Formats: sequence, structure tokens, C-alpha cells
Amino acid sequence: MVSFAGWELPVMYSSILAEHETVRTSVGVFDISHMGQIFVSGEKSQKWLDALLTNDVSNLEIADAQYTFLLNESGGVIDDLILYRLDETSFFLVVNAAKINEVTEWFDRHLLEGITYENESSEWAGLAVQGPRAPEIYTRITGGRCLPAKYGVDDVTHEGARMIVCRTGYTGEDGFELFCSARAASGWFQVLMDEHVVPCGLGARDTLRLEMCYPLNGNDLTEERTPLEAGLGRFVAFDKEVEFLGREVLLRQKEEGVEYRLMAIQLSERGAPPRAGYPVLGDEDQVIGHLTSGALSPSLGVGIALAYLPRDVVKIGSSVKIEVRGQGLPAKVVKKPFYQH
Amino acid sequence: MTAPDNLRYTPDHEWVRLEGNMITVGITDHAQSELSDVVFVELPDMGDLEKGAACAVVESVKAASDIYAPLSGEIVEINLDLVADPAKVNTDPYDGGWIFKMRLDDVSQVDALMDASSYTSLVR
Repeated sequence: MVSFAGWELPVMYSSILAEHETVRTSVGVFDISHMGQIFVSGEKSQKWLDALLTNDVSNLEIADAQYTFLLNESGGVIDDLILYRLDETSFFLVVNAAKINEVTEWFDRHLLEGITYENESSEWAGLAVQGPRAPEIYTRITGGRCLPAKYGVDDVTHEGARMIVCRTGYTGEDGFELFCSARAASGWFQVLMDEHVVPCGLGARDTLRLEMCYPLNGNDLTEERTPLEAGLGRFVAFDKEVEFLGREVLLRQKEEGVEYRLMAIQLSERGAPPRAGYPVLGDEDQVIGHLTSGALSPSLGVGIALAYLPRDVVKIGSSVKIEVRGQGLPAKVVKKPFYQH
Repeated sequence: MTAPDNLRYTPDHEWVRLEGNMITVGITDHAQSELSDVVFVELPDMGDLEKGAACAVVESVKAASDIYAPLSGEIVEINLDLVADPAKVNTDPYDGGWIFKMRLDDVSQVDALMDASSYTSLVR
């Protein structure tokens, strides 16, 4: 178990490698009840969200989802989150556990008349069922329901209780995230156990997301780095009708190019797993950056990592070294993601 | 969890097997199960070590853990099988998963280590 944002979370139930493999080939479940759930509504809620978030909310259809960023004035990432449109004027946001307070403080500071938001994080629980067998499991546990389309969301009443089912995840596999009342969660978890869905911990969640180069807030995303530096400019809509907070800084970066970019690094040989904080060395063994994430990739069998590195020194294909206990291990900057289906 | 009666144990979850003036050292079943999925072992350098010196590293998917010299002596052999197959630490902690051997000048040091029943009550 590990303490995380005030929660006690399991790192693993049996084995990180086994749990990882299960999600890639079959189906596993992660308890994601620590994540925050916020509901936004109001006649002008779409415009209000468009002014706070980077993606184009006006383009978001009802029952669809969008990965997006909440930025500070200097373009740094306060949170990366998923925004779901429930109907024309109401939205559901799933935010990072450690960022719930920052997000609601930001909302309070920018609140407009006619906009209401409810932070219902403590009333909701979440289970992420991930893996190629997830759709079939969903149909079985709901007595014949079908999952929404990819990135879709269903806000439904099932057996008298509200649940929000999203075809999203953080593993790179097909699957869904089921949000229900905290009271109903243990029942759902038991139903999944009865279907032999394998319980998975934070450890496998981390190796799965890192193989896909999905960023981890607090590690790969911080208030000092912008989405463009993180290589996630495709979730930033510069041309949308409403200008979002932080746009000016991002636009300048877009025109001038960023100095540092979050790059994917793969070790050349099997060896010590890279870990967050380890130095990255350039040609002359000079330190050019530090890992923000690192792990042994269970799928590839070698170490993989992310680091903000200077673009004038390295690009895809460049040789670098990762320093582990004083020794420089040979590695290469590679194309994202590490893992291809 | 197993802890064989013929071995001695340290509070850092290492086991020690004494044969003549030589000890074999590895990590316990309890330690390997807590770490899970050992993917790399950094083996020690040959030579003299003081008791308590960090000399090797066992890395699981989740974390890197230092291994300490359980007693003072000289490292004379390391388990090179772990280079290709570090998971032996998980699957065979008390035999194929041994990490290094030390020659002791003073064999009586071993008496200060825990026996199996003390170790078992420590981790229970």
C-alpha cells in the first residue's frame, strides 16, 4: 500500500508484471475512486469551460469526451483532465486526486454568474475496467448493456442507481471507467471479481500508461511546463472562438518553438530500470535533463523513461545515457509511444 | 512465508548460511514477496566489507532496495546467474537466488544474527 493524495492505494495485488500482462491481453480492474468528480452546469457553461480549458469544448458532442488541460496564466499545467459532455449545458469532469483543490480554487476564482459547479468527489467512486475483454465483461455485468463508442459517455440509471460509464482509460487498451456512488462501489467490485476480472494496483497502472507515453501529473506535467513542452499540443485549440487562459504563452511557444520537450527514452540493453529523478547525460557526459518518469517496460523488457530535454541537443534517434548509481547506461531518444499494438 | 531453521537472519531481511568460515547471503522469502517481480540485481564488487555497508541492489518493478553486508568479511563470490535471470530471487530465494558469498575472519559474528523463530516473529 502507498499513501497518495490522502488515500491508501495498493501498489499491487499480486505482481505488477502479471497485472500489466493481464490488462494487455485480457482484462483487469483498477480502483480509481481517488480521482475527483466535478459537475459543471449553466446556460453558458460551454463558453466558460472554453475560456478555462485548452481543447475546443464547442466541438464536443453530447455524450462524448475530451482530454484537456487547465492552465495557469503562464501556460503551465494545473491539471490534465477528461471532460465529458452530458447534455447541451452540463458537463462532467474527472480530475486528478491531488489536484481537486487546485481545480476548485481556480473555478472559484473565475466563476461567473449563471455557472454552477459541484465537487462531488467524496460521493463518487470509480472503477477502471481495462483490457481487450472489457466490453464483453460490461455486457455481462449489466445484463446486456453495450458500452458507448470510444471516448463516449453514458449517464444511465442502472437498477435504480445513477452511474456514469465512459469508454476511456489510462492504459492504452480498450475498456471503460465506471463511476457510481461510493456505496455501490464494493458491490460492483465484487461482481467484477466474480467474473474473474483481475484486480490491479498503481504499479501496473504506471507501467501501462508509461508504455503509451500518457503523462503523469506531478511528474511529467507541472505548473512550470506547458502542454506544448509536454508534446501534447494536439489537445490545445488555438483557433477556438473563446480564448483560453494561458493562450498567449502557448502561442508564442508555437511560433518560436519550445526550448525543452518531453521526450521518450529507451534503454539499449536490459539492465537496471530507470527511475524518476535519474540524470540524463549527453555526448560529453554532461547532464542535459532528469527523468520525470521511468520504469522497466514489461511489454518490451527494457527500461523506458520520459524527460524534458533540450531540443537543440537531442532529437528522435539521438544517443543519450541514463545515469544509474554513477554509471551511464546507453539509451536512445525514440518516437512515442513505446508500445504499439 | 518460509524461513528455514538452518539459516540466520538480519533485520534487513537477508538470510545467511554458514559453511566453515564462509557465508552465503540472499534475501528472505518475506523480502522477495514484498518486493515482487525482481528485474535486476546489481551484484557487489569483490573485496573487504564492514558489517552494514550497502553493497548490492535488488530492483523490482516498483523500487530499488539496498542489500547490506550482514557481517564483516571479504566478498569472494557473486551469483552471476542473476544477471540473466534476476527472477530467481523470487522463485528460489534460499537456493538459486543467493546473491554473494563472504569469507569471515571471525565466525562467531554469526551468533549475533537472528534465528528462524526470531525472524519469523519480526515479520509476522
